[in-house]
Amino acid sequence: MVMMNNQSNGQINLAAGTLITGKWNKNQYKIKSLLGNGANGTVYLALSKNGEIALKLSKDSTNITNEVNVLKKITKVQGSFLGPSFIDVDDYINPYTKESYYFYVMEYVNGVSLPQFIERNGMEWSSIFIIQLLSLLSKLHDKGYIFGDLKTDNLLVTKEPYKIQWIDFGGVTQMGRAVKEFTEFFDRGYWGLGSRKAEVSYDLFSVSMIFIHLHSKKQFLKNGQGIKQIEQVIYQSPSLKPYKEFLLKGLEGKYTSADQMKQDLLMHEQKITKRNHQMKKVSKTSNAKTPNVTRSGQAATRTQVKVMQKKKRSHWFETSTIVLLLGLAYALYFYYQL
Amino acid sequence: MYKGKLKQILLITDGYSNHGEDPLAVASLAKEYGITVNVIGILDEKSKSGDGLKEIEDIAIAGGGISQIVYSKQLSQTVQMVTRKAMTQTIQGFVNKELKQILGSSNSIESLPPSKREEVYEVVEDIGETVSLEVIILVDTSASMKDKLETVKESLFDLQISLNSRTGDNAFSLFIFPGKHNDVDKILDWTPKLEKLNTIFPKLTMGGLTPTGPALREALNYFNDQSYSRGNYDGDDEQSIEWAD
Repeated sequence: MVMMNNQSNGQINLAAGTLITGKWNKNQYKIKSLLGNGANGTVYLALSKNGEIALKLSKDSTNITNEVNVLKKITKVQGSFLGPSFIDVDDYINPYTKESYYFYVMEYVNGVSLPQFIERNGMEWSSIFIIQLLSLLSKLHDKGYIFGDLKTDNLLVTKEPYKIQWIDFGGVTQMGRAVKEFTEFFDRGYWGLGSRKAEVSYDLFSVSMIFIHLHSKKQFLKNGQGIKQIEQVIYQSPSLKPYKEFLLKGLEGKYTSADQMKQDLLMHEQKITKRNHQMKKVSKTSNAKTPNVTRSGQAATRTQVKVMQKKKRSHWFETSTIVLLLGLAYALYFYYQL
Repeated sequence: MYKGKLKQILLITDGYSNHGEDPLAVASLAKEYGITVNVIGILDEKSKSGDGLKEIEDIAIAGGGISQIVYSKQLSQTVQMVTRKAMTQTIQGFVNKELKQILGSSNSIESLPPSKREEVYEVVEDIGETVSLEVIILVDTSASMKDKLETVKESLFDLQISLNSRTGDNAFSLFIFPGKHNDVDKILDWTPKLEKLNTIFPKLTMGGLTPTGPALREALNYFNDQSYSRGNYDGDDEQSIEWAD
């Protein structure tokens, strides 16, 4: 029997420059730097013959193999980018200690963490990325899987154009099964608001919690009051309050699909933008919180939201025809990007 | 493809056993019956680590299970994770045994090339999702556990959420040690739900010795009695999964 009595999920330390040669496929990877260390393994940035890659290494073959199984399945279908593409899987035997390690190699996603990005560029980005995340989820759900361990730590923002990307597929679970991996704050089971069965609503609960985490900038422990406690947090945060209905519906499992939740957020966004717009007209003062991003980038994303709202037969009569045309062009651009 | 059930003993304690037979011996025996013994050691924020820890690890090794030592606040995550990991480990152990029979004693899942390994693990996962599971939970109720009991209850509710999200059936039974008059008291008979703990736990009297060995013995007997009386004891094989085809 494979003994794992001591689950020291300890980090595997490899010095920069270490050359890893696969036991089976004989591919070579040169370790560059540590990217992260999680419960299921250590991730390194490494150099393959085709450039930079991410290499995940563990002493336990179970998690590595299960993640490979998932990666292969969800990235199999061409055309839609659902995650870093899978490159290689192999064993590494340390030449000195003769210890066996199991690893897989995937595309390296170079980005900043979502909270970090929002810290730098402004809170108005949060809805945009949540919308993008819901689009990703919709595609994953269509394949019969849920993400499971959806949390802010597992989300990166990549550049040109700014786009959300998830990493760490340890929690991806076939629908109808028990969720493989989760993080308490983002887990509806922890809050007493549902089972850990892999269903669409499980992921959508996490989406609401991610939104709350981004705005409130904190993860809090449960006090036993279930949804009431989360509701209070929403009420106490001026930036969360306008999204109250949207968030609660996500928490209560009332959305039947990621697309439905996305449409609802777009509607909320439209109402809020309108309200802000009117307030601005009245006060005639410019927004104090100008985000620290390139103007074009900001404009592009704003327009994207506007035009998507238009699709929902909103009343955007104020918008001039030029902006509309430009917007439509952007919409098409984003549509094909997503 | 398969039937049968996995049997586990989940021992939750915060210290050294000091009464009755050697828990290591009973855990070793349980393993022979195809029952996995997992041990969770709860660490006090103030207590010095070190002392009871060796025994916790040793019991799990003897019982073919997993041990983990945690602070109270991590208990929920740990209890469900240890239980699920131990299930996977047991199933893998069974698959490994089959592989050795087919391919020779030097073979294991790890010695297969990655692509074959992927197929095997997929089957392991399928079994873990659908197999029936029986867990006897042993909770240490010696005096030092008093202020940890609420957290233990929370973690057992959490375990129930995780396991009942599976397709397979679950049954839990709960014993405490020391009991009111005996070394061990059964406070919950086989049930898929643990809600009753809400009424049972506050009434528990704490204190006395820590008869870990006798508690394990009681759990082992309970498993075996039940198997014999139900007439489904699969004693011809130390594993409790049977494969038909």
